Amino acid sequence: MDLAAVLTLDVLNGVASLILLCTGLAVIFGMMKIINLAHGEFLMLGAYATVVAVEAGINIWIAMLVISPVFVGLVGLVVERTFIRLLYGRLVDSMLATWGLSLFLVGLITTIFGNTIKSVPSPLGGFTIGAYRSSLYTVFLVVVAIALLGGLWVLMRRTRFGLIARATMQNPDMAAAMGVSPPRVYMATFGLGAAITGLAGGLLAPVAGVLPTMGAAYIAKAFITVVAGGTSIIAGGATASGLFGFINQTASYLTTPVIGEVFLFVAAIILIRLLPQGISGRFFRGSL
Amino acid sequence: MSNDRTNFTRRSFLRSTALATGGLIAAPMIMRHAALGSEDPILIGSLHDQSGPVGTSGVPMVRALELGIEEVNAAGGVLGRPLKLVHYDTQSNIQLYTQYAQQIALKDKVAVIHGGITSASREAIRPIFDRYKTLYFYNTLYEGGVCDRNIFCTGTTPAQTVEKLVPYSLERWGKKVYIIAADYNYGQITAKWMEKYTRDNGGEVLAIDFFPLDVTNFGSTISKIQQAKPDVVFSALVGGNHTAFYRQWAAAGLKGSIPISSTTFGLVNELAALEPSESNGIVSGYGYYEELKTDASVKFVSALKEKFPGIPYISELAAGTYEGFHLWVKAAQQAKSIDRMKVIEALETGLSFDGPTGKVTLDKATHHSVRNAFLAEAKDKLWDVVASYPDQKPSDTAAVCDLVKNPNDNKQYVISL
Repeated sequence: MDLAAVLTLDVLNGVASLILLCTGLAVIFGMMKIINLAHGEFLMLGAYATVVAVEAGINIWIAMLVISPVFVGLVGLVVERTFIRLLYGRLVDSMLATWGLSLFLVGLITTIFGNTIKSVPSPLGGFTIGAYRSSLYTVFLVVVAIALLGGLWVLMRRTRFGLIARATMQNPDMAAAMGVSPPRVYMATFGLGAAITGLAGGLLAPVAGVLPTMGAAYIAKAFITVVAGGTSIIAGGATASGLFGFINQTASYLTTPVIGEVFLFVAAIILIRLLPQGISGRFFRGSL
Repeated sequence: MSNDRTNFTRRSFLRSTALATGGLIAAPMIMRHAALGSEDPILIGSLHDQSGPVGTSGVPMVRALELGIEEVNAAGGVLGRPLKLVHYDTQSNIQLYTQYAQQIALKDKVAVIHGGITSASREAIRPIFDRYKTLYFYNTLYEGGVCDRNIFCTGTTPAQTVEKLVPYSLERWGKKVYIIAADYNYGQITAKWMEKYTRDNGGEVLAIDFFPLDVTNFGSTISKIQQAKPDVVFSALVGGNHTAFYRQWAAAGLKGSIPISSTTFGLVNELAALEPSESNGIVSGYGYYEELKTDASVKFVSALKEKFPGIPYISELAAGTYEGFHLWVKAAQQAKSIDRMKVIEALETGLSFDGPTGKVTLDKATHHSVRNAFLAEAKDKLWDVVASYPDQKPSDTAAVCDLVKNPNDNKQYVISL
């Protein structure tokens, strides 16, 4: 029974991590059709923002939950203004540009901080369930993931910004005719996606080794989850994260971590073969 | 001579004094000396990752080479010629290793190569240097068993470190162990050695888990380990991503309840990165620790730190590289040549060097080193050396490899249980 509780927590942790990892990417990819190959590096920037802020003596919660998303969001705005805006509708060009951006960011951070591992201490302790111990931080990540999805849903469904954003994504010309400025909406959406990724990076900092190349370890999973989720960023992302997180963690537990990774990717291939439009293309069509 | 004045170094001073004295004795000598002095420098090759997941380990290794070259040049070079480093950053990328290995052997034509950090990279470039007859030094601690006359492995092998670490841990904490290791040849083979020494010492291996280098979430493994209830966890996890294990382990509050012994912890700056609460008590076994207080060690560490401020932790990797380099220098001087076979023969004469780790002697039969080994426990971001084992032989490799009898042997022997 205790074991079941701990394992459930592991699965929830796996799911929550995937949600955090892929939501920012989903906003940029799902809504704007920009394949952001610098996603992993945005994550890395978020992690560094937290590390630097904590080293400067700022409270870790403020660093993770405020500084990281705001900083990476601003970086996102600059990136969008400088070159992404020239590349809308040009899929391959945008991939090349963001890939170049990712190399640049890795080089820049290596030059500034060196390629040694940085880290911040994990802020919450552990707790016991019967004979087992688990980390409170895991629970915290689950709460943040739920809050993130909830917040995004409210933003997109219940606010004027959300309405305008959705309208612009569906039909930019019509939105423009209604007096909306699509470039400005694109800019804000890209910034939002970057900020969410920055938040994920900040939250990862206490449980990962922070180094300039850390993004590479996360980007494949983030892309697979977003592609499998389909165009609905919330419904699709959450179900794909749930499915893959469950498969990965359970298979890792039952067999080995190597097989766990293999299962995740096999499941993704099968899923994309059966549902080329992603989960939401079939089951949550038209939803967020 | 007026040209020399603008570019005055100790070396040119020595050379010009030698020229002057030589000139008094015999005129033809001057001609030869002049020809020697104008010759190109001897190229020392270096293939080390400076970026990517194992980049942190590579930086101090190249720094150690630079320090060694500077020292040797200040003392007049080798055979009257200065040394020059030819370095390529292999970026933790095996493909770049093979590409640069060809380049450094064929185009740069270096006299010797020091390089390779992971065992995967060593096995990728070793055949290339065999083929192009370029002498190769691998200075990293590794899983043992490489038997090849063209390579000298100066790092520690399991018989020198794991054989000490396992009984120490079993005696201190108990007989039931859980092994976690990186999923490539180093981790796989080291895990086998851990298993062997555990059994040899009356212990029991509950499970062995391997992790690809990009695994970052260790939640389910931590649950599995708790379920198995081991007395001690043996870790051969490698690189930046795997550092996450120690953080997640501590975050779950397991730090105090199940101890960890490792053959890799600390090699990528983990002690500086982690909080004392996350690292205290972890035990490791290596051929060198920066904290060693011998004269040679203190001198080596302070020279590196002075020359390269902000250098990451100076582990066995850097010390071994420095010693491997000096062993080559000694051999070239002894052989009075940089010709590959002559240097190999000189190295095989039981050549030794007193380096920061102590006395290092090359073993003719295995081309491995007889060197000191140490165990240490992490304490407030430093290593507290708890045991030392002088002059340890690479007996694991010696059991399978005899280059005196079979000079044409060329393979990596792998332990079978």
